[in-house]
Amino acid sequence: MAERYSSFQSGGRMWFLQRVTAVFLLVVLAFHFFLLHFVHHADEVSFLASSARMEQLSYYSLMILFLVTATFHGVNGVYNALVNQGLTGTKRTVIKWTLVAASVVLIAQGIRTANAWAGIGLY
Amino acid sequence: MSQSYNRGLIEDFGRWREFEAGMWAWIFHKFTGWVLIGYLFTHIAVLSTGIPAAGAGEAAIAAGNDVYTQTIVSLEGLLLVRLLEVGLLAVAVFHMLNGTRLLLTDLGVGLDAQDKSFYASLILTGAITVASVPTFIAGAF
Repeated sequence: MAERYSSFQSGGRMWFLQRVTAVFLLVVLAFHFFLLHFVHHADEVSFLASSARMEQLSYYSLMILFLVTATFHGVNGVYNALVNQGLTGTKRTVIKWTLVAASVVLIAQGIRTANAWAGIGLY
Repeated sequence: MSQSYNRGLIEDFGRWREFEAGMWAWIFHKFTGWVLIGYLFTHIAVLSTGIPAAGAGEAAIAAGNDVYTQTIVSLEGLLLVRLLEVGLLAVAVFHMLNGTRLLLTDLGVGLDAQDKSFYASLILTGAITVASVPTFIAGAF
């Protein structure tokens, strides 16, 4: 059998989640780039325009899901890259929980921002 | 039946002259991944100016005088930012195309053409990036 070069343990839960989020991100990242660079241009961005988009529940939900999946996919990818580089022991545990904390902060800040645009009081 | 090869550690970058297409694909995927997660944190930091902007008066928001609109307009006015955005597009497109290649490879699709699909990812990334330059640079001058 051919040697495997994946960063992940074959058949592992993290391997599977990395792939599932990849499929979702392929579609939503392409949509995000297309909408905000080709349909609307980046230099035309305004609070009013961002707010109008985020006030739609479908767009708001999609962007929150986008934030959560992108954070998971990115941070999980970084963690696995570091493990591949030989990260072990206490260092591995410290970096793992630092990445988890950074992810929580990033997601919380992203939700606060989305709420501010959507006119949801919680920000 | 496929053969087993011992190519050694890809993480041993000092061996880069010996790397084959699939190993370059691996390295480019890691590099673009690092750039994208770094950008995600930066992106949310910049977008967070929307939080204080929400507290601005209706008139200021309607006139685009809130801190969020002003921050984005100022950044987009810099040619360097526009060029970095083109770079970001290139990085994102390669990661997406090579990621698709990895997903298919994991499913056992196109294993025999994995080197060709890497070269195709590179060429397509270049083509999409070049074709997008006018859109990304529009209004910068």
